[in-house]
Amino acid sequence: MNDELKYLSTRAVKGLMSRREFMGKAAAMGVSAVAASTMFANAVKAAGPVKGGTFRIGVQGGESTNSQDPALWASDVPIAGGNHWGETLVEVGPDGEIENLVAESFEGSADAKTWRFKVRQGIEFSNGKSVTAEDVMRTMERHTNEDSKSGALGIVQGIESMRVDGDVFELTLGVGNADMPYLMADYHLKIQPDGGFDDPTAAIGTGPYNLETDEPGVRMTFSRNPNYWGGDAVAHYEAAEVIVLNDATARTAALQSGQVDAINRVEPKIAKLLDRAPNLAVRNVSGRGHYVFIMHVDTAPFDENELRLALKHAINRQELVDKILQGYGGIGNDMPINAAYPLFDETIPQRAFDLAKAAEHYKKSGHDGSPIILRTADGAFPGAVDAAALFQQSAQAAGIPLEIKREPNDGYWSEVWNVQPFCASYWGGRPVQDQMYTTAYLSTADWNDTRWKRPDFDEMLLSARAELDKAKRKEIYSKMGRMMNEEGGLILPMFNDFIDAVSNDVQGWEPDPNGPMMNWYGCKKTWKA
Amino acid sequence: MHPILKLVAQRLALSVLLLLAASVLIFAGTTILPGDVAQQILGQSATPESLANLREELGLNDPPLTRYFAWLGGVLQGDLGTALTNGLDIATAMGERLSKTLFLAFWAAIIAVPLAILLGLIAVRYKDRWPDKLISSITLTSISIPEFMIGYILAFFIGVKLGWAPSVALISDSMGLLEKLHAISLPIATLTLVVLAHMMRMTRAAILNVMQSAYIETAELKGLSAFEVIRRHAFPNAVAPIVNVVMINLAYLVVGVVVVEVVFAYPGMGQYLVDHVSKRDVPVVQAGGLIFAAVYIGLNMIADIVSILANPRLRHPK
Repeated sequence: MNDELKYLSTRAVKGLMSRREFMGKAAAMGVSAVAASTMFANAVKAAGPVKGGTFRIGVQGGESTNSQDPALWASDVPIAGGNHWGETLVEVGPDGEIENLVAESFEGSADAKTWRFKVRQGIEFSNGKSVTAEDVMRTMERHTNEDSKSGALGIVQGIESMRVDGDVFELTLGVGNADMPYLMADYHLKIQPDGGFDDPTAAIGTGPYNLETDEPGVRMTFSRNPNYWGGDAVAHYEAAEVIVLNDATARTAALQSGQVDAINRVEPKIAKLLDRAPNLAVRNVSGRGHYVFIMHVDTAPFDENELRLALKHAINRQELVDKILQGYGGIGNDMPINAAYPLFDETIPQRAFDLAKAAEHYKKSGHDGSPIILRTADGAFPGAVDAAALFQQSAQAAGIPLEIKREPNDGYWSEVWNVQPFCASYWGGRPVQDQMYTTAYLSTADWNDTRWKRPDFDEMLLSARAELDKAKRKEIYSKMGRMMNEEGGLILPMFNDFIDAVSNDVQGWEPDPNGPMMNWYGCKKTWKA
Repeated sequence: MHPILKLVAQRLALSVLLLLAASVLIFAGTTILPGDVAQQILGQSATPESLANLREELGLNDPPLTRYFAWLGGVLQGDLGTALTNGLDIATAMGERLSKTLFLAFWAAIIAVPLAILLGLIAVRYKDRWPDKLISSITLTSISIPEFMIGYILAFFIGVKLGWAPSVALISDSMGLLEKLHAISLPIATLTLVVLAHMMRMTRAAILNVMQSAYIETAELKGLSAFEVIRRHAFPNAVAPIVNVVMINLAYLVVGVVVVEVVFAYPGMGQYLVDHVSKRDVPVVQAGGLIFAAVYIGLNMIADIVSILANPRLRHPK
């Protein structure tokens, strides 16, 4: 690099020159755009994080009915806002390992039944109150008590007793669970003063930013928390904003015109086009979320495994990934687990699209030829109606009389999903296999939307849960995966990527498979050049 | 009692009845929708226990009639209640949203109404000549394009490509008036294009209708210029139909801008109501419905009264 360029890039890094200006001057000196961009990025990296500025994200998934009570969060905007002002005990890092937040350290007993979380000392809530183990316990109490309407209720139900021991929060489980810390990372379980009993919506937490204004369904604004325990290493922005942009076109336009710095849920069909824009980049990361067709294995005709196998063979997974996800995703194997999970077994054979086999299984099932109704709606997952149509075509080619019934979005989750025997749906995935299976495939699970009730499967799940030997656990999980793949009521053709788009000004962006937009930690981990 | 006062009193009474009827209709409509507010709040993550807990807390186990009358009683005392979904006071939240919608509607009307009438007058003056044809073709084109399309086109070219105005119309109380107007310039432009044609065509038609009358011929014969004829003799007699169409469009600017609000992420009433309808938040939907109904009924009443005042036969009864 010649001196002139070096000088220019230092100026740009110091903020004395915009990136655009730098690119223009570099181009004038005969440097290609790609080379100039790399040069700039390197210079920025060498300079380290820059302090100051405002980080604004445009997020789909916010309503004017949202509240700041973590127990009620179910859509992206409140969850995004929550990661600004609040923190859980621990967090799942981008590499799938547990990172400590409010907890300074934790340890489990040998039988994985008792877990002790040492609460970080000397840190404060945004209202100035010191964080104590008592606050942690009260938080868990609020989410576990019988009147709770918390979305985390199902997760924390296994807790038998809790107590405070000095600066340690200790909980005891009825059945050992080696993955307990992962459950504590659930976004609902933000540690609040006194557990949030007195005012759950006060938005007081230990997060890197403090909530300044909250207009539900419009935006939230934040200022940097001056007392944040993470210090100077993180939370580089002076202020942050979460702007609700539910309309996909409005979201894209806002990013293109620089009104926001990053957006979530880029539609797969425009992602490639958007990526061509010079001032931004599409960032996708394969996560654990998946789009599915679920069959109730206890309801005719889906109680016949041959018919389930026929349908599983009749779906063209690659076509769905190509056409519905536009390549932003990966094919699934009729089990809710993929390589994004720890202890995933890659050796489980991938089910192929095979019309001959589908026809064979269909014949064996002895189905009377009456229409098999698949219910779908636009809201089931993006592209669900089109995906169902593609499924119908390939199934009919195998002689399976699949019929589509399109349902309204309104009331889909109450009237169709988990009610009708065969419908389209989605799952966001869970951080670990145990939690995913426990949520939807344990016999007693509330959300057992395939009616998969197998004592042998439950037994394996529980034995894996308490097993601390990773190799043994992997073996059990592999068996369970094979069983689901062969006999389950789940047709899982594809895992969808999280597709975000980020302005080139934002530095330090790392893909995080735990959630969209760096699992909503952009405000904490990125900075602007 | 003066006949005009009597007329106005009658209309007011009728309006109240209409409002009541509207509230019943909205309540019935939201009650028969599938799923209830508890189910919608918890969504896919609902468990039977959390559902039951939330239903109990929100009072959804009471019969519909009880809930309806409890709500109506509150409204009569000026209390719109609290939203079921997030427990916020409806009157406060809605007042904020409504003022933003009215702000947008006001500025759109300030531009659209005079412009439409002026264009209508020009079209009449140059009837069947090129200005008339140009005005008609432009306004008819803009009314033929769906409003979300106009919004997207403006957002893309003016917002993204040229960078003259923000494509997301976020306003906050800390902004000055000019800043606010700049922020909402694209939605204003979209709304203006959407309502212009209707008012312009009606103005043109109403004046042309009057222009057929014998007294216009007299006015022309006594040597008045074409604009004078229109201004002094045709326009006053065409006021009633023009006011009617203007009022309908004003009402549209308040209650019909949902799509424009969504396209530009403008925090007005439309988005607010859509969110609450999909969550089955009945008290909010009721309140919103009542306010919208009141806007429609009120503006129509004003149109009627203006028409009456413009009509000498009613103004001077026998």
